[in-house]
Amino acid sequence: MALTSKDQVAEYVAKQRRRQELLHYLVTFASMIVFTVLAFIAVALRKDINDYLIAFFIVTMAVVQVAFQLYYFMHMKEKDHGFPALFIYGGALVVFVTVLAFVTMIWI
Amino acid sequence: MTTHAQSLAVSSQRKGFLHWLWTWITTVDHKKIAILYLFGGGLFFLIGGIEALLIRIQLAVPNNHFLVGSEYNQVMTMHGTTMIFLAAMPLIFAMMNAVIPLQIGARDVAFPFVNALGFWLFFLGGIVLNTSWFFGGAPAGGWTAYTPLATEYLGSGMDFYILGLQLSGAGTLMGAINFLVTIINMRAPGMTFMRMPLFCWTSLVTSALILFAFPPLTVGLFFEFFDHIFHANFFNTANGGNGIIWEHIFWIFGHPEVYILVLPAFGIISEVVATFSKKRLFGYSSMVFATVLIGFLSFMVWVHHMFTVGLGPVANAVFAIATMTIAVPTGIKIFNWLFTMWGGQIHFTTANLFALGFIPTFVMGGVTGVMLAVPPADAQYHDSYFVVAHFHYVILGGVVFGLLAGVFYWWPKMFGRMLNETLGKITFWFFFLGFHLTFFPQHFLGLMGMPRRYFTYLPGEHFELGNMLSSIGAFGMAVGVIVLLINIVVTTAKGKRAKGDAWGIGRTLEWSIASPAPEYNFAQTPLVKGIDAFWKEKMAGNKKMTPAEPLGDVHMPSPTVIPFLMSLSLTLASFGFIFAANQAGKPHTGGLITAAIGIGLMLLLMLIHSIKDDHGFHIHKEEIMRIEKEAE
Amino acid sequence: MSGTENAGLQAIPNPEKATLEGKNKFLGFWFFLGGETVLFGTLFATFLALRDKVASGPSAHELFSLPLTFLSTIILLTSSLTSVFAILAMKDYKAGAMRLWFWITVLLGLAFLGLEIYEFHEYLGEHFGFTTSAFSSAFYTLVGTHGCHVLFGVLWISELMLQSYKKGITTVTAPKYYVAALYWHFIDVVWVFIFTVVYLLGILGG
Repeated sequence: MALTSKDQVAEYVAKQRRRQELLHYLVTFASMIVFTVLAFIAVALRKDINDYLIAFFIVTMAVVQVAFQLYYFMHMKEKDHGFPALFIYGGALVVFVTVLAFVTMIWI
Repeated sequence: MTTHAQSLAVSSQRKGFLHWLWTWITTVDHKKIAILYLFGGGLFFLIGGIEALLIRIQLAVPNNHFLVGSEYNQVMTMHGTTMIFLAAMPLIFAMMNAVIPLQIGARDVAFPFVNALGFWLFFLGGIVLNTSWFFGGAPAGGWTAYTPLATEYLGSGMDFYILGLQLSGAGTLMGAINFLVTIINMRAPGMTFMRMPLFCWTSLVTSALILFAFPPLTVGLFFEFFDHIFHANFFNTANGGNGIIWEHIFWIFGHPEVYILVLPAFGIISEVVATFSKKRLFGYSSMVFATVLIGFLSFMVWVHHMFTVGLGPVANAVFAIATMTIAVPTGIKIFNWLFTMWGGQIHFTTANLFALGFIPTFVMGGVTGVMLAVPPADAQYHDSYFVVAHFHYVILGGVVFGLLAGVFYWWPKMFGRMLNETLGKITFWFFFLGFHLTFFPQHFLGLMGMPRRYFTYLPGEHFELGNMLSSIGAFGMAVGVIVLLINIVVTTAKGKRAKGDAWGIGRTLEWSIASPAPEYNFAQTPLVKGIDAFWKEKMAGNKKMTPAEPLGDVHMPSPTVIPFLMSLSLTLASFGFIFAANQAGKPHTGGLITAAIGIGLMLLLMLIHSIKDDHGFHIHKEEIMRIEKEAE
Repeated sequence: MSGTENAGLQAIPNPEKATLEGKNKFLGFWFFLGGETVLFGTLFATFLALRDKVASGPSAHELFSLPLTFLSTIILLTSSLTSVFAILAMKDYKAGAMRLWFWITVLLGLAFLGLEIYEFHEYLGEHFGFTTSAFSSAFYTLVGTHGCHVLFGVLWISELMLQSYKKGITTVTAPKYYVAALYWHFIDVVWVFIFTVVYLLGILGG
């Protein structure tokens, strides 16, 4: 394949972008591991900390971690992801209402 | 229907009946799948209708012994389940398959294979459910299958309910994803969202509702399945289970289901009213807004089915207000239809008669709905014939009237022949008057205290007159349906051939091509310049749409038998599980092995489908030009 | 075969969305995941409603162990990263690298499944069966459904990789690899909530 200088420039830019993307993935992965470790540590310290505080903390860690997974690993931050985002959030909303109902009003 | 190109594509050389059967079993053409849905749904509609007549015969007079006890419960359960899942849903998919690709200017749906699979799953699911009649009795727990009644006291009938609905539910979910992607990705150039015909909009929202509402049903059915066949404890209170969970899950599915059914009917009415008033739909954007809002609110109201459970005043109040809110966008729609007709040249075709009959009927159903949304009042109405009257006004007076309007309106586009208008009007009047005669008295029966689902009542409680009228009305509707069947047979034999623009006043893209639509739909993808694209072109003096591309070869997907085989293997698995059920102890091994074989076959077929690339086939330019010339 | 394959196609970026079929598959699969979200959400909601209903069986904090759950979690999180690398390689048309990363993903998935089977086996030894209590039914159904998804993912990705030796990376196969990776990430998303809601909150006993 003959490379004109324009192609070479494009290839260089693409390569840099890919390198940056790789960095993003590694940072995402590292932070996911950190969130996980923090959640486990919080539970390991359950003797010393208020249970509700831990519960709130670990659920928050889970939500943040999932956001990373969705936006970086599953590329929801990229363009052309409007409808995927709409439907994931739609599903999440239904889940939220369902969970709320099941923990507050099941009678027994 | 079968074009030359398709007969070339079907590799098998089988002739006659087998060949004909084979083309229908292997078809992936959305127009043929629409016809399959129409006849599949129509078949179950007739079965459900016969069950309704049996119910009305039993209730015509007090102390009747025509159909009592468990037999009555079975017929009543099957009537509800059949009408909702096996008649209304597939008939809606029939309309969507027949019309949506044509309305958005697409050559096909996004996933033809999945579309075929969805149909066969629905159809075989329906068969599984109905075979229960021959294996120890049909389900008898009501279409709501409340626990622990359904899981602990009713024997094998409920297994057919669980697995039959699981199959057809899976098919519905696939159909929904198919239409979501079709509408979002495959619109013709210029067909922006806000230029789509309203039927496309309502189908889009309905598909989204299916996507979110059917998974809870799937999960709930799995819970009942595990409880019944593997002795799990989801609803077994002795081991900590909780029947309220089923009620929540069922209605988290069940309430959106009502809107899943009625939104496409709203769409059909919008098309029919606009066309036969020779006017643009009034308040198009407010219609779109109302549709989306109804879709959103539909997930926030399910507890109004559970007001008498005792979830507390806060829960009841919140859900009561949310429920009443839905009347607002629905009211917007009603007024828009009225304003569309205002000042229009109204054509009283059968399709439009059904649309016109729909409006006051649905308003009545809506008004009783708001009455039922008031928790203290609901405590009085609950489980009485008032509720029966309400939901039949909504589902029959709303959904079925809408579907019949759609059938009369799009029949020429689907089959290339006009239905007879005189017979059509006879159908309408029998059906419309029969409907009101059946269900209007039921409001009063309910208010007088007649409970729903009871198989008889005593003389001297003032229930005789209302019930007798109701039964007479039901037979009136039956006459209407029989006339419709005669109409179909007669016009198929020697009906008037339909032109492309069958009604002469078509507004949307489906009327810009031949009736029935050729296999490739559009010889050239049309360029859409506004709402009611075809009308706009006609007003500009053009006979055809402006094409958006030059004439060329059209690529089509190949027919395949795999969707049918996949559905068969899952049917086998379902029967395996049904016969594995053992009330006394461990499930029977033979049944479990059969189920495992069915699931294994399914995985194998998925593998084959994944490995085998479908290259499809091309319909060549010359062939298209020939077909287009013949159509003119 | 690998290495030189598809050299002529290098010019097409993002092969997973280069054709209408690819775009449809991409969008349809996301919608499917939206439905799956609700499916798992209902399972979670039911689990939350029944998590204290242990009848005469053991309860969550008597059963679950932090180290085992942590190990499973790290394995699944890592497999998510390796499938990202596989897709990155796919976009560069490096079929060999893509296969390597996907095969690692499959191995990690199998390791996860092995741990889960071991875990369930232990529980059965402690008289915590599917029919013990409402809690046990809800637990096995939620975690088991996730496990079935992992198993299906392992089978699916393996099957695609075996095909990839012959078919390589084209605009036909790329969408399949891409959605398989999406599916794998989604499994990981569900697991994040499972280890938090089922295991950590269970051990917390709150």
